[in-house]
Amino acid sequence: MTRYSCLPRSLFVVVLILVGLGQALAAPRLNIEITGGIESAQPIAIVPFGTADGLIPPVDMAAIIGADLARTGRFKPMPTRDMLDMPSTREEVDFRDWSLLGMNNLVIGRVEPDPTGYRVSFTLFDVFRGTELASTSLVSTKSGMRQTAHRIADEIHEKLTGQPGVAATRIAYITSTGSGADLTVTLRVADADGYNPQTIVSSAEPLMSPAWSPDGQRLAYVSFENKRAAIYIQELSSGRRELVASHPGINGSPAFSPDGSRLAMTLSKDGNPDIYSLNLLSRELTRLTDHYAIDTEPSWSPDGQSIIFTSDRGGSPQIYRMAAAGGPAERISVEGDYNGRASYAPDGRSIVMVTRVNGAFRIGQLDLARGVTRLLSRGDLDESPSFAPNGAMVIYATIHGHRGVLATASVEGGGSQRLTQDSGQVREPAWSPLRR
Amino acid sequence: MTESRTTHLAALFLILSGAGLAGCASRPAPSDMSASMPTPTTTVGSAATTAPLESTRPTYAGPWEDPSSPLYERTIYFDYDNAEIKPQYLDVIRTHARYLGSQPGTRVTLEGHTDERGTREYNLALGDQRAESVRRFMLAEGVPAKQLATLSYGEERPADPGHSEASWRLNRRVIIQY
Repeated sequence: MTRYSCLPRSLFVVVLILVGLGQALAAPRLNIEITGGIESAQPIAIVPFGTADGLIPPVDMAAIIGADLARTGRFKPMPTRDMLDMPSTREEVDFRDWSLLGMNNLVIGRVEPDPTGYRVSFTLFDVFRGTELASTSLVSTKSGMRQTAHRIADEIHEKLTGQPGVAATRIAYITSTGSGADLTVTLRVADADGYNPQTIVSSAEPLMSPAWSPDGQRLAYVSFENKRAAIYIQELSSGRRELVASHPGINGSPAFSPDGSRLAMTLSKDGNPDIYSLNLLSRELTRLTDHYAIDTEPSWSPDGQSIIFTSDRGGSPQIYRMAAAGGPAERISVEGDYNGRASYAPDGRSIVMVTRVNGAFRIGQLDLARGVTRLLSRGDLDESPSFAPNGAMVIYATIHGHRGVLATASVEGGGSQRLTQDSGQVREPAWSPLRR
Repeated sequence: MTESRTTHLAALFLILSGAGLAGCASRPAPSDMSASMPTPTTTVGSAATTAPLESTRPTYAGPWEDPSSPLYERTIYFDYDNAEIKPQYLDVIRTHARYLGSQPGTRVTLEGHTDERGTREYNLALGDQRAESVRRFMLAEGVPAKQLATLSYGEERPADPGHSEASWRLNRRVIIQY
């Protein structure tokens, strides 16, 4: 990295921020490695898509769809080399062949030219019944072809599991390189498969705690760019942003309410870290907790009625729940001497959190009805868990080979992946809402 | 500045001593050492080169940068997940409190840090509490509030990036920044 030691430090920060804001910048890709699979994964054949004569699509649609389905841990796509034939129309399909190969489902498709770019059609079959389960045709620009493939993967996922797929979602995360005066921290957003990473903020001071708005259009985050913690909300499409909290002391833990009207946060302006709620329309700030202990890491229930948070009011950090308007709090984490950074599953029945087990910080899922915690990770310093918007997976930060990387774990158990960048540290993943 | 001046002198010393330091030669030299040496100049019509000798007298922004000053010790270390000031650091804080009392125009930022264990936002809050502990003690010692600011970096700016107690104990700290 070039050093601009002649520039005043503050100017340096401003320059970096401006670069980060003007236009989202292409960044190194996250590489995804599948580190564990589910034994009950369903066999599925996704045949390379046929094309009109002479047409060469910009991406291999079948390969992207297959990788998307494999990453869920629920599907085991057939290698192309094992396929006996490669039909791309209904008439060319011989269900007996695919049945003999042990396939439950078959996907065929075609890519045709279109004034916009391409017309992509696909059909999903039940091999045993010989019936059509889904058939759709989509128009896509050239640059939108990966996203179109993700949408097809999600439609297949939903048809076969009854649950929406998350291939077309995105992940926000923090990266850092260097330290001290050479520190560079970025906030990036990438597709759920690690492709198309873009830097949306870059700074010489720490960035923390990215949080998605429920419509997936904005990110709230903490930035130290002015040598103190402040909370910003940034619109992804334009890069425009707004400073929403810059009080004396800490300004941290932003969390949008499910209806997007409020932002919960931690402020210590009144002498001690407590939880507040900012009405984003009226700008009215309401204090929700008032305790001499640390209260932080608020997270809303999916129905918006309650907020869970971390507090050490009982002597060790534990998870508490209160009404969204504040008031008395009840402790909901039962086991262990350190539980923190909790967030709700989309169905509201469980929470995922950081829990300490024999000195190791791991990701635990607490079943709220049964009060039982199940471990989802095996590292020593795992943190920042975030549910996929369909509740099937959790993404978190871990250390691998002395480097900060991201990992996912299937909530059903078994399936896991590691997401790494070629250089630097990666941390604080936040999974976007479903794309509408 | 002090540190880079020291480096210049060390570089000069190493080069002047030459072979006499052969025993230390296996230690890799800092890569920017040659770059920080003054550029030798050649006088026209002469085979000799001259270089300016830098002043050996250090200049400090304040007594807190002078290793011989009691104000030089500016870091207070804490126990894990704890914001209480340990007794052995009370005198360190008192020394700074007395100095600040005598220098009404001097302001400090009490910069709170934690080790990497536990969650990041909890650690941001813990760093804030550590800085606040030191601030309250200084207020009790008579330092006017307007001379004191706090800033928590949580675990975001470790002094040592390692993942064991040897590093962690150096990271659980409040730095008195002048």
